[in-house]
Amino acid sequence: MNYRVVFYILGWILRLQAALLLLPAVVGLIYQEMSGLSYLITAVIALILSFLMAAKKPENRQIYAREGYAIVGLAWLVMSLVGAIPFVMSGDIPNYIDALFETASGFTTTGSSILTEVEHLTHAGLFWRSFTHWVGGMGVMVFMLALVPMLGGTTLNLMKAESPGPVVGKLVPRIRESAAILYKIYLFITIVEALLLRIFGMDWFQALTTTFGTVGTGGFAVTNDSLASFSPSIQIIITIFMLLCGVNFTFYFLLLQRKLKAALKLEEVRVYFLIVIAASALIAWNTHHLYATTGETVRHSALQVASIITTTGFASTDFDMWPMLSKTILVTLMFIGACAGSTGGGIKVSRIMLMVKGIRKEVGMITHPRAVRKIRIDGAPVAVETVRSTNVFIAIYCVIFFASMLIISIDEFDFTTNFTAVAATINNIGPGLNMIGPTGNFAAFSPLSKIVLIFDMLAGRLEIFPILLMLSLKNWKRYN
Amino acid sequence: MKVLIVGCGKVGSNLAGQLCHEGHEVTILDLVDDHMKDVSNAYDVMGIIGDGTSIEALKDAGIAQADLLCAVMDSDEANLLCCLIARQLSKARLIARVRKPVYSKETQFFRDHFDLAMVINPELASAAEMARIFRLPSAISIDVFAKGRVEMMSFRVKADSPLCGLSLVELRSKYRQDVLICVAERGDEVVIPSGDFVIQEGDILSIVANQQGVSSFFEAIGVAVNPVKNVMIVGGGTMTYYLAKALLSSGIKVKIIEMKRPRAEWLAEELPAAEIICGDGTDEELLQEEGISQVQGLAALTGIDEENIMLSLYAQSETSVNAKIVTKINRITFNKVIDSMNLDSIINPKELTAEYILKYIRSMDATSSAVENLYRLADGRVEALEFHIYEEEKSVTGIKLQDLKIQDNVLIAKIFRKGQLITPSGQSELQVGDSVVVVAMADRKLSRIGDILKR
Repeated sequence: MNYRVVFYILGWILRLQAALLLLPAVVGLIYQEMSGLSYLITAVIALILSFLMAAKKPENRQIYAREGYAIVGLAWLVMSLVGAIPFVMSGDIPNYIDALFETASGFTTTGSSILTEVEHLTHAGLFWRSFTHWVGGMGVMVFMLALVPMLGGTTLNLMKAESPGPVVGKLVPRIRESAAILYKIYLFITIVEALLLRIFGMDWFQALTTTFGTVGTGGFAVTNDSLASFSPSIQIIITIFMLLCGVNFTFYFLLLQRKLKAALKLEEVRVYFLIVIAASALIAWNTHHLYATTGETVRHSALQVASIITTTGFASTDFDMWPMLSKTILVTLMFIGACAGSTGGGIKVSRIMLMVKGIRKEVGMITHPRAVRKIRIDGAPVAVETVRSTNVFIAIYCVIFFASMLIISIDEFDFTTNFTAVAATINNIGPGLNMIGPTGNFAAFSPLSKIVLIFDMLAGRLEIFPILLMLSLKNWKRYN
Repeated sequence: MKVLIVGCGKVGSNLAGQLCHEGHEVTILDLVDDHMKDVSNAYDVMGIIGDGTSIEALKDAGIAQADLLCAVMDSDEANLLCCLIARQLSKARLIARVRKPVYSKETQFFRDHFDLAMVINPELASAAEMARIFRLPSAISIDVFAKGRVEMMSFRVKADSPLCGLSLVELRSKYRQDVLICVAERGDEVVIPSGDFVIQEGDILSIVANQQGVSSFFEAIGVAVNPVKNVMIVGGGTMTYYLAKALLSSGIKVKIIEMKRPRAEWLAEELPAAEIICGDGTDEELLQEEGISQVQGLAALTGIDEENIMLSLYAQSETSVNAKIVTKINRITFNKVIDSMNLDSIINPKELTAEYILKYIRSMDATSSAVENLYRLADGRVEALEFHIYEEEKSVTGIKLQDLKIQDNVLIAKIFRKGQLITPSGQSELQVGDSVVVVAMADRKLSRIGDILKR
């Protein structure tokens, strides 16, 4: 392990975070809140730490896969640890574990909260909470790669470790430009949504924070009842933007290149929308007796479906009160998740596709043992390695899932709560069912359970391997 | 500049790395991904899987936007086809690697009719370089500038050389020769030496001079300047064929040792003036029998790097052998180890190919005052570049060199003006229309003559 380069990049991450922390400080200034000061102080702390870590550019700047994974895992941990400080300092969330839970939930775009009264938070706190979604949505490393001309050629391992999906490629030859393109698309979507929300009646603060929650597919709302009290038109806008951010960003890149045909042919995007439409229709049919009009039914079912499959976690109605079939559909969607290469979490549509196609192939092999078959996506055969790593991913995912459930069951809550708590955090969704439904929160869990769930959130966002490798001692050996 | 490299072999990946390092946007296209993974992990390039001769794949790789395409797949025909297709799809400049001897006489045709910017034949290029070395065996490597009128030559200082212990200032006053020592390698270190640099045994010095300058300097310091009279070539590959042809045409006797009979027969047919021996070139007995101790030149050109190295080491260790030795190394990358063996002259066709292409790209990079020639010395750590000075370069013309704020580690080695070769001094000036040879550390990345100034 090349420790120097790991520290060097972590130093840059902290510098970046110091800059990001200035925004809530400004918000605090605008609303004349003392809490703004705590963000400023934390920014200074982060800056001092960064200079301690990244004082000197290391000679050997080679980032192999080992370093890449370590850097990404540590970076997210450090960002959460530092990002939690101002919540405690300003008194918004006095308990550090709770603050850490909230921050990790923010950066990983989960949106699970331990707050019982969201509206009691200061504006600076609310802004920071939502802003972490925006930062975490596209990824910290991608952001840094776009901004900092750091290391030259070997940074692909960083992007690989952070980006969601079974295969990670670049859009254009230069990694920096790829990262910049992703952020430009991201920024564009953000601006459009914020403007639309403002036009349709939110104030600027609500519009911005809600937009951060949507495009990052996070799900922190600034009101206690999530989106329920906003007008139907706003709910529809948010539904659309959630769905857009759950689409593989390659889709937008192809659109930018005017390759409409190729974009529309992306199999994953097609399957994704197919699932959304089917699930919305089923739920609308199942819940039509709960709402006054068909329009309302469709709106609520579509919003909930979009919110869950993109792993955002907004709610416009208490879906915990829905019939069992609808709830089960939502829980299923939790696991499927958004497209690879989007800002969403979950297992990812493309992995599910690979798994289903893999199963079909293996079953076919039973009846035709000598058949030679290839798994294809977008018409091109998928490398055996990719299929294998997908299967391994799903296997580890299950192990972590059940291990987490085992630990949090110590708290003696009911099975539905435990199951959906882990599902909601490892898939970066936010709310679950029962105690942690749209109207509930995670406050009641013990500190141990909260730490386990923080781990799940990070593991889910970073697609398990970076976090898992951090736990492997062998990986930390010094080789040079 | 956007560059598309088709074929991710040794040359392709080497090229990708170099171009990426120089700040170009590189896309690399190949059918198999095993090599590609390493390349796209190591450098900031985009790898695309696809057949380089398919229109679809070339379009996918962005041929329409590319400024340059290098076709360096294994097969000549594939490279040519790739260029033909690319010509229909884009205005990019095209470079193809074409190496079969049958095509060697047809490169001009390819260039004209297929509209290629460059046809590179690694074996032919390597053979030409080796032939130059055999014509001046005291040199380790020889490069030419200004259409052959300036030579840049590297040689190793032997223990008995009168140069040992001399500083460059003393050297100049003692020999009064019109030569300039512009690069010195000592062990791992590479410097562009200043006047107080003291020469030691084992240093590799690179000098710039015109041809007579080189020979008279060598005569003055007591180094043989005559070309070798006969050369033994071990291994009968394509490069051997080209080398033998070049040597024979300048009156040097050639003996080729080739193991496989059909190949030996073919060589005998193609090269009537050469003596062909069918036998194992790594057999000591055979080498002695065929007179290895009498030859003045030995080229180890078998297909296996290790064999070539062993052969050269053997020839060096044998006191009876007194030949200039050239070793072909194609694949092995342990540069430091190879350097420590003091193998004299080493030829690496793949690196040479990459270097030639790079030279071309550098020269098309900037619009004016572009690099006309580029040589990489000392493992690519030093570059010698030839610039033509155009009108636009007002920042350097008409000013005495001593008044120009030239960067450290940049040296103006020669000025070539109206057929006259000038060794520059502090009083000299650059003028429009001159050609200038500049030696600089490679990290300076000069692409225009104006770059030599401090920024």
